[in-house]
Amino acid sequence: MSEHDHPHEHAQRDFQPDEEPTASALRAAAIEALLTEKGVVAREEVTRVVEATRAQTPQAGAAVVARAWSDPAYKERLKARPFEAIAELGYDIPIEAPQLYVVENSPAQRNVIVCTLCSCYPRALLGPPPDWYKSLAYRSRVVVEPRAVLREFGTVVPDDVEVKVWDSTADLRFLVIPERPAGTEGLGEDALAGLVTRDSMIGVSDALAPEGAEVRAG
Amino acid sequence: MTEARARFAPGDRVRVRREYPPTHFRTPLYAQGKTGVVEHLYGAYRNPEDLAYARDGLPKAPLYRVRFEQTHLWPEYAGAAHDTLCIDLYDHWLEPSEGGL
Repeated sequence: MSEHDHPHEHAQRDFQPDEEPTASALRAAAIEALLTEKGVVAREEVTRVVEATRAQTPQAGAAVVARAWSDPAYKERLKARPFEAIAELGYDIPIEAPQLYVVENSPAQRNVIVCTLCSCYPRALLGPPPDWYKSLAYRSRVVVEPRAVLREFGTVVPDDVEVKVWDSTADLRFLVIPERPAGTEGLGEDALAGLVTRDSMIGVSDALAPEGAEVRAG
Repeated sequence: MTEARARFAPGDRVRVRREYPPTHFRTPLYAQGKTGVVEHLYGAYRNPEDLAYARDGLPKAPLYRVRFEQTHLWPEYAGAAHDTLCIDLYDHWLEPSEGGL
């Protein structure tokens, strides 16, 4: 089979994005080409790092939240010294990772994270951010009308609950501990971690209800 | 000296300077000229406005979390009156604010 009628190649050609590459994409490609041409980095090295980054999941974050739900002393350690508490669970935080700050939802307060300047995100714990988090629409709207944005995520916040938006403009990255769902008293940490979604750690939605729980009518 | 002195403490009322330098800065325009309350002093960090140009970012700049009332930031704000927003801001972007909002 020649490379031209390779079905996989063909599919990729058909699904090229419609838009022209952006200036920053072209710049990144040019820098990468120069770095590989000059032998500063190997192309395989770049591919490996890109793939490793894409393969990261929010699993470490979910495990940390599940432990915090289960163990109040751990939760206090997590809030006081996040990286040490995360290391306790065996997760390695890269030395160059920006400092983390953990905020906790309560019946009186719901926290929502954004980076209006770019896309700052607790990557060390949650992996790469979802595309919507980087979108201009989310970044500009969630600061102006957080309750409307939350409703679009299916999250209706009663008026007596304070909505607090955290704009991560500087050296800190934020992680939300969502409220522990009702009906999870008997669950172990693994089962609890399964209820902790990426979105709930950004603050735009609740943790999942346990299987078999009655779904509250919104 | 490699670390600027923190001029504010939690509870202090501060106003965000209005400025649009042609260089890199981290202070969102929507907060400029607005008044908030220092909620937390994180410590001092290398100044990103300097780091952006491959300099050393020293002296380190005190970094605060400043809390704003949403109804103050956005006169048309449609949410609850007690909703808030906080931004991490460096010392040199803040000035003391005596009065109310």
